[in-house]
Amino acid sequence: MYGGGYIPKEEARKAVVNDDPEMLAAFEERVARGEKVEPRDWMPTEYRRQLIRMIEQHAHSDIIGALPEGTWITRAPGFRRKLALMAKVQDEVGHAQLLYSAAETLGKSREAMINDLINGKSKYSNVFNYPAKTWADVAVIGFLIDAAAIVNQVANSKGSYGPYCRALERICYEESFHLKQGHSVFVYLATGTPLQRSMLQDALNRWWKPIMHFFGPSDEMSEHTLTLMKWKVKMATNDDMRQQFLSLYVPKIQELGLSLPDAELRKDPDSGKWLFGDPDWAEFFAVIRGNGPCNAERLAVRKAAEVNGAWVRKALQQADARYVTPLA
Amino acid sequence: MSVEIQSLDPRINRLGLHTHEPGSPDTLPPHDHWGTYQVFHQKKRGDRHTAVGIVHAPGAELAMAYAKEQFGRRGETANLWVVDTRHVMALDYADQDMFATTPEKSYRDPGGYKVNDKIDAYREKMSHEHTP
Repeated sequence: MYGGGYIPKEEARKAVVNDDPEMLAAFEERVARGEKVEPRDWMPTEYRRQLIRMIEQHAHSDIIGALPEGTWITRAPGFRRKLALMAKVQDEVGHAQLLYSAAETLGKSREAMINDLINGKSKYSNVFNYPAKTWADVAVIGFLIDAAAIVNQVANSKGSYGPYCRALERICYEESFHLKQGHSVFVYLATGTPLQRSMLQDALNRWWKPIMHFFGPSDEMSEHTLTLMKWKVKMATNDDMRQQFLSLYVPKIQELGLSLPDAELRKDPDSGKWLFGDPDWAEFFAVIRGNGPCNAERLAVRKAAEVNGAWVRKALQQADARYVTPLA
Repeated sequence: MSVEIQSLDPRINRLGLHTHEPGSPDTLPPHDHWGTYQVFHQKKRGDRHTAVGIVHAPGAELAMAYAKEQFGRRGETANLWVVDTRHVMALDYADQDMFATTPEKSYRDPGGYKVNDKIDAYREKMSHEHTP
């Protein structure tokens, strides 16, 4: 699960580095023909930089995303739910592993990516900076956050960078299991006792704002953004993905008689577009800057995992071992 | 200033974690996560092994343990191989043009040898010659 191909404003305003015009033309022709770009191909400087940023963020989102759900494994209601949640959380960590590998093929080591995560230099999906307070949060995350992630990942899997597309193909398959098990928990709570229903409604109310933030604010349609779309790094606008998500999932929430905490949310019959109230973008930016309810905890837990495992990795290290960039 | 983390999860509270200061020295030294191994997966006996991805490991045995977990945890698996990435020799994509003419080498393919026209013409000719 992951939050958006959102390109921050400061990135969108950057000038595109001038590369060799002949190589650039050949590269753009290849992408326009629908051919994939592979790790050791020539690629524009900015293409490489943006892909590393995006894939790395995606990987961080999966490894951090495992934390709010992982916390509920010990308290899952019943053995089958516990097995499912363990499998899902393991998948998320597995997705991080696949994505870190894809980013590594572009020349950044996994250690460097994790250092940047812990030091706050690189970001991850904002939604994981919110706490999972009850079991119903597991339902909302598993169903709706994973659904939003699928919208995003299916779009990205048609991008131009081979290793990222291959990782996403496998990830999308596993995410569909996450979505189904999340929907199952969601439906059981929605059709359960009045207390279960109110617990679910409460979780939905708390998560709706982060879910609306998930795809990021409207893209700044700068020359830079358009170039990234031409290079098939960014595959759909944030607004389009949000509309697609709302069309697919709002009906599935409403059919269970649950409400959403946005009085203005409705589908405009003329344009076919969803209208909604301001989802508080100021809060989105505050959380990105590190001031969300769980930012500090997430990074501290991630750091502790690396620090506490260091002696094991060191003990297993072999003298002749050497790092080489993976092939694909 | 580093502050103690207060979590909803009692297990996290028991770790006594503190906030991480941005800009502090890197947590991981280079090569801390070992080298890389390429993983090849065979779904069923009789299938080919297919390259499916990589794992980080200090040696082949642990690479295999990680490969089982990452590439064999659902669906069918008959067999796995792991190969140290250092031992794979790969062509450069820039040299892909060396294969540009191979699709034209019809003399290497069964489809390059069509003789039915000749046989039909021969039989036609023969049937005329033998007709009284």
